[in-house]
Amino acid sequence: MIKPLWARLQQGHRTVAFPKGEPVLPERFRGRPQVELSKCLADCTRCADACPTEAMRKADGALTIDLGRCLFCGACAEACPTEAIEFTRDYRLAGRSRDDLVVHDRAVKLAEALDQKARRLFGRSLKLRQVCAGGCNACEADTNVLTTVVFDLGRFGIQFVASPRHADGLFVTGPVPANMKLALEKTYAAVPDPKLVIATGACAISGGCYRDHPEVCNGVEGILPVDLYIPGCPPHPITILDGLLRLLDRLG
Amino acid sequence: MPVSNAISFYNGQAIDTKQVPVLDVGTFRSSVIDAAASGMRIAALFAAPLGNSRLRLFAVLADDSAGTLGVLSADVGERYPSVAVDCTQAHWFEREIAEQWSIVPEGHPWLKPVRFHPPYRGGRRQDEPITPSVMDFFKVAGEQVHEVAVGPVHAGIIEPGHFRFQCHGEQVLNLEISLGYQHRGVERASVGGPNKRTVHYVQTLAGDTTVGHTTAYCQLIESFSGRNVTPRAQVLRAIALELERLANHTGDLGALAGDVGYLPTSSFCGRIRGDFLNMTALICGNRFGRGLIVPGGVGFDVTDRHCESLAERIAQGLKDVTVAANLLWSTPSVLSRFEDTGRVPIQTCRELGLVGVPARASGVEMDCRFNFPTGMYRFAQVPVSTWNTGDVFGRAYVRWLEIQRSVAFIRDQLASMPDGPITTQAKPLSPNRFSVSLVEGWRGEICHVALTGPDGGLMHHKIVDPSFHNWMGLAMALRDQQISDFPLCNKSFNLSYCGHDL
Ligand code: SF4
Repeated sequence: MIKPLWARLQQGHRTVAFPKGEPVLPERFRGRPQVELSKCLADCTRCADACPTEAMRKADGALTIDLGRCLFCGACAEACPTEAIEFTRDYRLAGRSRDDLVVHDRAVKLAEALDQKARRLFGRSLKLRQVCAGGCNACEADTNVLTTVVFDLGRFGIQFVASPRHADGLFVTGPVPANMKLALEKTYAAVPDPKLVIATGACAISGGCYRDHPEVCNGVEGILPVDLYIPGCPPHPITILDGLLRLLDRLG
Repeated sequence: MPVSNAISFYNGQAIDTKQVPVLDVGTFRSSVIDAAASGMRIAALFAAPLGNSRLRLFAVLADDSAGTLGVLSADVGERYPSVAVDCTQAHWFEREIAEQWSIVPEGHPWLKPVRFHPPYRGGRRQDEPITPSVMDFFKVAGEQVHEVAVGPVHAGIIEPGHFRFQCHGEQVLNLEISLGYQHRGVERASVGGPNKRTVHYVQTLAGDTTVGHTTAYCQLIESFSGRNVTPRAQVLRAIALELERLANHTGDLGALAGDVGYLPTSSFCGRIRGDFLNMTALICGNRFGRGLIVPGGVGFDVTDRHCESLAERIAQGLKDVTVAANLLWSTPSVLSRFEDTGRVPIQTCRELGLVGVPARASGVEMDCRFNFPTGMYRFAQVPVSTWNTGDVFGRAYVRWLEIQRSVAFIRDQLASMPDGPITTQAKPLSPNRFSVSLVEGWRGEICHVALTGPDGGLMHHKIVDPSFHNWMGLAMALRDQQISDFPLCNKSFNLSYCGHDL
């Protein structure tokens, strides 16, 4: 008995200070991309050409980045001859609508909280059923860590549950392979109303790097109504947590 | 012993496709069977189209003791006599071939789909609806026999798959595993590449094995282009591969502890795993090593400050995981659940061609880093960690041995980091070549095989995740076990669904 206690003492207290304190992110972390339009050359499309998922577009002289498609690989920034694109260390990426994920300029639209009624229902206790539909296990792994002592998701009243019948919503990852579509729909149907859907990762939002493969459905769009999008490939655990807390208005 | 009728070559060496012997199917079949009987493993067995609707079978055989690979081929029509009848190792491969190309390995004892997708050619209509897991499952009859079906959606944050148990009370008589829910069409989409998506496919083939799969893929591409990788880049690749092993093995020890209700190790390892992931993020900004391994080298260099920080963190990581792991080995209630649960005898491992941790836990001495070394492993050897019980304990303990050896390896590498650039000049891929690349990922042998076409593009890309070999091992481990031990046995294998489903 004494050994586990001694081990417990050695391991110490490990829960991150976030959201009260700033999160500790790796120095080379690639977060929200930012475009410096004044640096962008008129007839250059090198960034858009380099992008593996067509997240980067240039039309009428304006550059846009769709965070819902972005893999945060940095290929665009690398291809740009004038350093007009920069991946900042801003981890806040979640949005409530698909349009909000498209970055035009420096204005950032972060996810808004649920309305008051929904907050009354879910604000202090949100049970989610995770469905992996073609996810590569990176989105899943960085969701799973939220339940460890490091992030201690339970302190916010958020919990991942085993049965959709016990859940207030689905937390979906992966591009939704044709082979998983029915299982996803059935799981959604098994969640009692009112229910939320959270699409996490480039795959679930847009198909990610599997977009337009005949084997997948390009994510949950068109299959389920989405309440929260959390971009990334995979999103950092802090990005996921930030999104969930914004939705519940628990960041204040 | 070289395989008769095969050409022998090394891991990561491209040969002219014309050099690959083309045999008649009968000789091909008997050569593969003889090779397997003499102790060789089937690293890959697949069919590839050769223009004008001809199909050719390729077998890649691994000679672990000689450290060489052998390849042979044969042209096939609509049917051929199954290899699996006389060589169990081939059974899953032949199911895959039949599903992909609508050809029949005659006499195959267990011919069912492995992924449930429309065939690449022929067979069913392309628009026929897909019905995953709708097939004849093996059934046990009897008044007191019952069937348990689990999945595709499981009770946890894990990937989907379907498990069908035939039980007598608590006792599992048979478990059949039906996968394919994660099929994203990677091999198909890879043909004609490499293009700007290819590296993202391999990085996400199994997102927990980004470094392993990407290294295997890059080695393959580099073998086609004759592109060298600098010593510094090789060291960084190896460090990343070992960090990936450390994170996953640590996570697995925690998960195993969790499954027997031993919470201290479960919660410590959950955290320590993250510390290892963060070390990878220190190098490249991403916890899973995205962007780190690129054709021609690595995408990120490290400074002396990074190396110092890594050395410090790795020392602390080892200290923490030692405390957590030793709690397992000194807690009788944990040991009594681990020991003798889910035993796979060494003979079964050999027959099925199991790889990686489950094979080594049963006493099979095999590790690509040792048997087929490439990159840094040619100069710095990692001893093969084995155990001899083949049970959950063995699989847990081999992980613990490997954790210690990975830490020692990383420390040595950090202490003698070579200088120099991290990438080399890109070169075009040579046309009409054949190459095999093996990497010992944390789950086991990762195998990428490709053929380049007349333009140097990928004409065929075959990917064998270690899980492809090992799912059947899990099914065998469950025989005569209590069904309540399924989660524990499953964790002790911790196989990839998407790595299998591709
Ligand atoms: S978004 Fe990226 S990390 Fe997430 S499941 Fe898809 S490929 Fe994997």
